[in-house]
Amino acid sequence: MSKYEAVIGLEVHVELMTEKKIFCHCKNEFGAAPNTNICPVCIAMPGALPVLNRQVIDYAIKAGLACNSEIAPYSQLERKNYFYPDLPSAYQITQGKHPLCLGGHIDVETADGKRRIRLNHIHIEADAGKLVHLEGEGTLVDLNRAGVPLIEIVTEPDIRSAAEADAFLRKIRALVQYTGVSDGRMDRGSMRCDVNLSVRTTGSEKLGTRTEMKNINSFNFVVKAIEHEFKRQVEILESGGEIDQETRRFDSVNNTSSPLRSKEDAMDYRYFPDPDLVPIAIKPSQVEQIKAEIPELPDVRMAAYVKRWDLSHYDADLLTNDIRVADFFEKAADKTSYPKLAANLIIADLLPGLEEEGEISLLPRQLADLADLLGKEEINSNTGRKIFKLMLTETGELDPGAYVKENNLAQINDRSALEDLINTAIANNERAVVDYKKGKEIAIKAIIGQVMKATSGLANPLLTEEMIKEKIAEIPD
Amino acid sequence: MDINKMDIKQLAQGLRAKDFTAVELCGHFLSEIEAKEPEINALITVTSKVALDEASSCDKALAEGQELPILAGIPFALKDNILTKGILTSGGSKTLANFIPPYDATVRKKLKEQKTVLLGKTNLDEFAMGSTTESSFYGPTKNPLDTSRAPGGSSGGSAAAVAAGEAPFALGSDTGGSICQPAAYCGIVGMRPSYSLVSRYGVIAMTSSMDQVGPLTRTVQDNALVLQAIAGHDPQDSVSHNHPLPDFSARLGRGVEGLKIGLPLDHLETKVRPEIKNAILKVVANLESQGAKIVTLRTGNLEAALPAYYLLTSAEVSSNLGRFDGIHYGYRSKNYETLEDIYYNSRSEGLGKEAKRRIMLGTFALSSSFYDAFYVKAQKVRTYIAREMAKALEQADLILAPVTADIAPKLGTTKSPVERYKESFSVVLAPLAGLPALSLPSGYQVEGMPIGLQLIGSSFSEPLLYQAGEAVMALNSEEKGS
Ligand SMILES: [Zn+2]
Repeated sequence: MSKYEAVIGLEVHVELMTEKKIFCHCKNEFGAAPNTNICPVCIAMPGALPVLNRQVIDYAIKAGLACNSEIAPYSQLERKNYFYPDLPSAYQITQGKHPLCLGGHIDVETADGKRRIRLNHIHIEADAGKLVHLEGEGTLVDLNRAGVPLIEIVTEPDIRSAAEADAFLRKIRALVQYTGVSDGRMDRGSMRCDVNLSVRTTGSEKLGTRTEMKNINSFNFVVKAIEHEFKRQVEILESGGEIDQETRRFDSVNNTSSPLRSKEDAMDYRYFPDPDLVPIAIKPSQVEQIKAEIPELPDVRMAAYVKRWDLSHYDADLLTNDIRVADFFEKAADKTSYPKLAANLIIADLLPGLEEEGEISLLPRQLADLADLLGKEEINSNTGRKIFKLMLTETGELDPGAYVKENNLAQINDRSALEDLINTAIANNERAVVDYKKGKEIAIKAIIGQVMKATSGLANPLLTEEMIKEKIAEIPD
Repeated sequence: MDINKMDIKQLAQGLRAKDFTAVELCGHFLSEIEAKEPEINALITVTSKVALDEASSCDKALAEGQELPILAGIPFALKDNILTKGILTSGGSKTLANFIPPYDATVRKKLKEQKTVLLGKTNLDEFAMGSTTESSFYGPTKNPLDTSRAPGGSSGGSAAAVAAGEAPFALGSDTGGSICQPAAYCGIVGMRPSYSLVSRYGVIAMTSSMDQVGPLTRTVQDNALVLQAIAGHDPQDSVSHNHPLPDFSARLGRGVEGLKIGLPLDHLETKVRPEIKNAILKVVANLESQGAKIVTLRTGNLEAALPAYYLLTSAEVSSNLGRFDGIHYGYRSKNYETLEDIYYNSRSEGLGKEAKRRIMLGTFALSSSFYDAFYVKAQKVRTYIAREMAKALEQADLILAPVTADIAPKLGTTKSPVERYKESFSVVLAPLAGLPALSLPSGYQVEGMPIGLQLIGSSFSEPLLYQAGEAVMALNSEEKGS
């Protein structure tokens, strides 16, 4: 066990995919021409007043329920006052003392097992605009994003590693996607994350001084930022120094960080209840109705996969974290006798390259057929992965069975077909045979490799190994 | 036929009887404006072209025999913190001296739909903060009854325009007496409606939790007609009252017989000049002789109302005025190198003294270390005041009280901010409690200047206030007649 452990809390901002913005009738859409989705309300024109979009409340409650939060019967919108060019009203409408969703928790799976991360609360707020820095033109303001509804999910300091933070964010993304309240895309800024991190001696109850890194916008950067900041703090502590409570800027390109604001410069946001808006009262019946609209969530599916298809928790978690993948896997699993093989193919070759948006480019039927070929040992796993990659990139609907036939890719399971090749390989590898006999098991790989090469990778690897062992056993010492 | 003496109903009849056209009516007031404005300065902008266009559109509709609302063709003026599409809306501030709004305030939209005729935008204290109209970037307005005196404020321009005969009616806004006080100083009728009765959409926010738009008129009847046109639910104002509107004129002509009128005696003893107290007591005696029942009110200590009002208004102002940052809205200093320079210098150069004072006070009251001691405590006082006012209104149907401690002050009288704040005592009670208050002349004068009084009622009791107000005004004419 290492001497230090990280204590991490996350604040995750998620843009809600409501049709309209939070306080006006402007369209809530990504990628429109600058300053086209704006009106007096969202650009804070003097005299304009906010009117809360009920759909924002419904979506936030849905997200809250998916995160096991309590829905507050009474909550309030407050003003957070500060000056910045992306904030035309000079205050952000958000929630402070009385947030909409209280408490909650999310279970995450990492290679180290399952852990429960508690939430402090979830609140709703309005996003600010965006500053665009243009060469030669200076800094321009695009207010399309001003007034886009956000939820902020605030955890307790329960996260202990970059891997847990990553798993937590992926679970959040899964939850908002399953419930349909957001696309959860970090690449578009629909999901952004602030990291609060401190370090303490492993096992200690006391919290160290924490730093904050704001607005990190990819899973990768969160992991990098945490690893970097953990290391930085440990080094300071090891050399007898003290951590300054400050906000730091993480530079993901150079993997460095620098102080942005110290505790002394911390802003006093002068929160107070927004007098333009009435308190939000939620009836239990409204919560019940929204609860009924929530589809089966990833944890439920995960448990089902473990039970029904005998997958590990970790694999089931990976498959259920993206609703597209989960739907795809379930359809394929129903069509094959070898669902576990289908799962392996997805985890090894589909997930790593999967874009955040768009459809999965092959049909469940194709994956099912491929899994069957593998399961019935009609092809070996090398061939299987090759065909799978081909199916992902080919535009046409490649039929794996037909492809195997056309290209003579069937696995050679016939002992007589392999016999001569194996004899030749053994004869050519006397040294390996000697080594193997001396107990160096790995030496056999060279012989297998030669057989595989001779069959263009089509020999059944297990059968080949078995036959080689038999042959060697026949050779006198 | 003297147009200056005609009320709205008579003007509407004149239009329909073709005694004059809307364009002629508009022309009359535009020439009044031209003649009097050089001295009075009630208007920041005169919208002659808009006025004549709107008047001729009304004439056309009348000629076609269309059934038009009673306010059709009636000219009016709007306080310059109420947004008018395509027309400068300055808020009386240097920082908005070039602000041409792209949209209309709801009250302006409603009056447009009624085919009223906009004569101009009236002067006000900067962002409606003040009680004399002297803090306007556009110079002080003079009281038409005595041009050495202030018309009051912040709706001083609206009150002066009506009192000077430049417009049959005007809209003002009231946060802590900004309609009632200038109406009293100028000898006209002003209504601060119940909070949430009139939409705030498109009104430059000062103290969002108290701001209300209301009419300033020469008669109670006119006032009820204008309120009828501007009140009502607005889905664009979240706090807007969503109930069917009463007929605000419904109780006119009923007199005061049987009405229980509450009198805050302590208040009269300690807060106002003796002549004002006497005037009020005479009105009360007259009302009693007409069958009203006079009740001496027992209330708890209301002294904390004033500091609570100034803390709350400053807190909200400090937030509401943030948008005048020189980036999106408001004057931008030419003198900057960094972003911080833009903020500091634009606000330093663009905002006036009173605005800055309240921003400082409010920023302090909301700061995390003083929030509980100031803002939260002030909210508690507000709740207490509202409860005391409600208790008083259980003892009586309405409260009759002075509006001001004295008559309209001389222009240029220098007083400390605290002294000026103290003068608002009588007019912050209704706003703090969200109640309606009708300010009207008592019929008595001192130093040749009118003494006003106010009637405060429960929320949405405007018809009752108009009923009693009309009776008080009827006494006036009897007094004058005798
Ligand atoms: Zn908008």
